[in-house]
Amino acid sequence: MVAERLPPVIVGAGPAGTRAAETLVHAGLRPIVIDEAPSNGGQIYRRQPSGFTRPGKALYGFEASRAAALFGAFDRLAGSIDHRPNTLVWSIRPGSIGAGLMHLVSSERANALPFDQVIFATGATDRVIPLPGWTLPGVFTLGGAQVALKYQGCAIGQRTAFVGTGPLLYLVAYQYAKAGAKVAAVLDTAPLSAKLRALPGLSANAQATARGLYYLFWLRSRGVPVQLGIHPLAIEGRDGVTAIAWRDPHGGSHATPCDAVAMGYGLRSETQLADLAEVPFAWDALHRQWLPTRDAAGRTPVAGIYLAGDGGGALGADAAELAGERVALALLQDRGAADNGRSHADRIAAINRRLDRYLRFRRGLERAFPFPAHLAGDLADETLLCRCEGITAGEVRRAVREFGAHEINRAKAFSRVGMGRCQGRMCGPAAAEIVAGALGVPIEQAGRLRAQAPVKPLPMAAVLDDAAASARHG
Amino acid sequence: MAERIATEIAIIGGGLAGCSTALHLRQRNVPVVLLERAACGSQASGVNYGGVRQQGRTLVELPIARRSRALWGRMAELVGSDCEFMATGHLKLARNETEMDVLETYAREAAGWGLELQLLGRNALRDRFPWAGDKVIGGSFCTDDGQANPRLVTPAFARRARALGADIREHTTVTAVERGSDGFRIETAAGLEVRARIVVNVAGAWGHEIAAQFGEHVPEEPISPNMCVTEPLPYFLTPNLGVVGADLYMRQIPRGNVIFGGGRGVNDAKAQRARPLPESALASFQRALEVAPNLRGAHIIRFWTGIEGYMPDELPILDRSATTPGLIHAFGFSGHGFQLGPAVGAIVTEMALDGAPSTPIEPFRIGRFASAPSKS
Ligand SMILES: Cc1cc2nc3c(=O)[nH]c(=O)nc-3n(C[C@H](O)[C@H](O)[C@H](O)COP(=O)(O)OP(=O)(O)OC[C@H]3O[C@@H](n4cnc5c(N)ncnc54)[C@H](O)[C@@H]3O)c2cc1C
Repeated sequence: MVAERLPPVIVGAGPAGTRAAETLVHAGLRPIVIDEAPSNGGQIYRRQPSGFTRPGKALYGFEASRAAALFGAFDRLAGSIDHRPNTLVWSIRPGSIGAGLMHLVSSERANALPFDQVIFATGATDRVIPLPGWTLPGVFTLGGAQVALKYQGCAIGQRTAFVGTGPLLYLVAYQYAKAGAKVAAVLDTAPLSAKLRALPGLSANAQATARGLYYLFWLRSRGVPVQLGIHPLAIEGRDGVTAIAWRDPHGGSHATPCDAVAMGYGLRSETQLADLAEVPFAWDALHRQWLPTRDAAGRTPVAGIYLAGDGGGALGADAAELAGERVALALLQDRGAADNGRSHADRIAAINRRLDRYLRFRRGLERAFPFPAHLAGDLADETLLCRCEGITAGEVRRAVREFGAHEINRAKAFSRVGMGRCQGRMCGPAAAEIVAGALGVPIEQAGRLRAQAPVKPLPMAAVLDDAAASARHG
Repeated sequence: MAERIATEIAIIGGGLAGCSTALHLRQRNVPVVLLERAACGSQASGVNYGGVRQQGRTLVELPIARRSRALWGRMAELVGSDCEFMATGHLKLARNETEMDVLETYAREAAGWGLELQLLGRNALRDRFPWAGDKVIGGSFCTDDGQANPRLVTPAFARRARALGADIREHTTVTAVERGSDGFRIETAAGLEVRARIVVNVAGAWGHEIAAQFGEHVPEEPISPNMCVTEPLPYFLTPNLGVVGADLYMRQIPRGNVIFGGGRGVNDAKAQRARPLPESALASFQRALEVAPNLRGAHIIRFWTGIEGYMPDELPILDRSATTPGLIHAFGFSGHGFQLGPAVGAIVTEMALDGAPSTPIEPFRIGRFASAPSKS
């Protein structure tokens, strides 16, 4: 008797997860697709709740046709996949012997799901650098500001200032202005010189570069102040935001009145599930982050664990779609289900060539919008760093200098930094810069915050639904 | 070239037992080197539940627990920080009549060992602790007990010991120990070689590995208690809480997080790795909700676990080696070593320097398993 294999599982129904599911369905499989959200799309193409009827063009701009294509692809999979929306994967352990086990929760029902192959397409969130005033009501990440607009159809304020760096800074500011919201200013920490130097690398994706320039000129032509090479000083206000203070490259101080701030410094991959699945991590200088190791196809060294999309280094939505397809082909091959070999080989080569271009483009972006690590490393002692636990930058430095923490997990043990609700997903990158600075070592020697289940807060009322689990897999 | 040092006393293991030993030895000016595989307090001593309780301990352990409690009360003076120790009391709950009988019997017996407990019936308990769920029928309260932050305690002992002159070597794994005619020779993975007149084996869940090098085989088993912590909630639970049967223990820190444990995780002690188990956690949620129903609606933000050495009779080994003069064992604290740790250091110091310790250690002999081999 041939043991029946468990269906492959895909965590995340964004661009990577959707294309991975499509590829597996074409190969005759019926994958389980799990996402926290009620429908597919992921962060970038988040779909509005049913009953909202804004046109795609208004929601996704230039990306409207890509979004429509992705939604179409997903909707066509209905019936061919086991879709589990509104479901959080909160724990996973690899199947060192036999099947691995994943734990899910949907409202208050917990489920154990055995698996033998899983693709993490868990995406990324904004990389944040705290500054004084960043916990005032009215301060959002760029991604959060975008979700408010795309999902809920509302702006985060009447006059929003955008601060940080990276392509998303311009895109979200443009989307706000386009939707009729007032953009107080776009404040980019990256100087113009960086952008000019980056141009050769950016040519790897001329279309995206052109779009970025278009947003910039469009904003400027509408009278939106766009400032480059700035140094953010503080978000001002008592009960809410009243202004953002910043310094120009010549040392002049400014305060731009606003009632909301959206900020972000590029993206940070969501890697906790890979960590719990015991995938080894390696330092990635380009993303300035510890990332799960994987081959070009997205296979990790842990059998049955695959990665695709921004969850394995943020390259953007288009690359994520390709990576989703690529990793699904690898999974099929490992499953012994890719026998029509030749066509796959051609397809894989084509995808690899295109992914290579995205990687070149990503390097160009890093030159154009360098991560201002010094802003994190130089945070004033009294600035709040970890908002969940209320820990300042100075307390983390003290954990290193007075209590002898030699890496970030020890600094966490002593100071509670990164120990709260978000487990350091918000403050972790900046905390690592501070630890590295206090130790006087390169950032990669500051260590990596270890993930613990549950990857996101889990309701205590959650009850393990044994009956459901055994019925499905019994 | 490999480094060599000669000292009077070498300590293997930088948990609370080891760091407290180093501190107490330095208080008496004895040269001491402590060797720790990772960082001091990175194993059980740094990741435990943080319960500082005497109530419920096996009676013969109470003299050490009493002595340790006195040290907990002087923590700030001893190590320069109170380590968030708070004498909040420990409340042990009964969920049925049989459990209440257990509490009554224990309270009677413990009084003979100097531990005063207050028994509370259903109404008295509710008057004082209005959050208690319907399932709770009574309890036993020990005013003297409390809780502390385990992440701070052992490093604070290590810092103070170092300030007093202890040579503490972290990231130094002991690979071999042997005794020659002129004392002990310890080899480490880092190339460091230590010679000492006396060796203290406080290697926690790995204590049996060191003992085995001297022909002493003990049935120590690595166990991983499963721990959970909630997001911060309004402060309602002052005492450290336990239940008869020990399948739930729970405390709240003033910041608001509720910390509780119950059930077990899994570990690979050889690789020094442990993982909490979601199944154990989910089961402990239910038990926690039974005794404190107001937790419904709370969210869990993290699980964790650690590796603790358990003995079949749940009593530590605290004894001189039966085979090797100059070797002292103190390990296998079976889930109690955080509370006991400060006193263990004081007792081991007396064993090393004075002959007989001032606290009775007779019940913790290493030979007790040789005559009566464990069932497991
Ligand atoms: C999750 C959990 C909850 C607990 N809750 C409580 C509680 O509430 N109250 C309580 O009183 N107790 C509790 N305990 C038990 C308590 O934590 C332990 O009994 C106590 O910390 C043991 O201290 P130790 O110094 O013996 O061991 P450890 O802290 O484990 O220290 C032993 C050290 O030896 C080192 N070592 C081992 N082998 C070598 C080698 N070859 N070379 C160099 N170094 C070596 C290890 O790295 C380790 O740091 C709990 C334990 C756990 C795991």
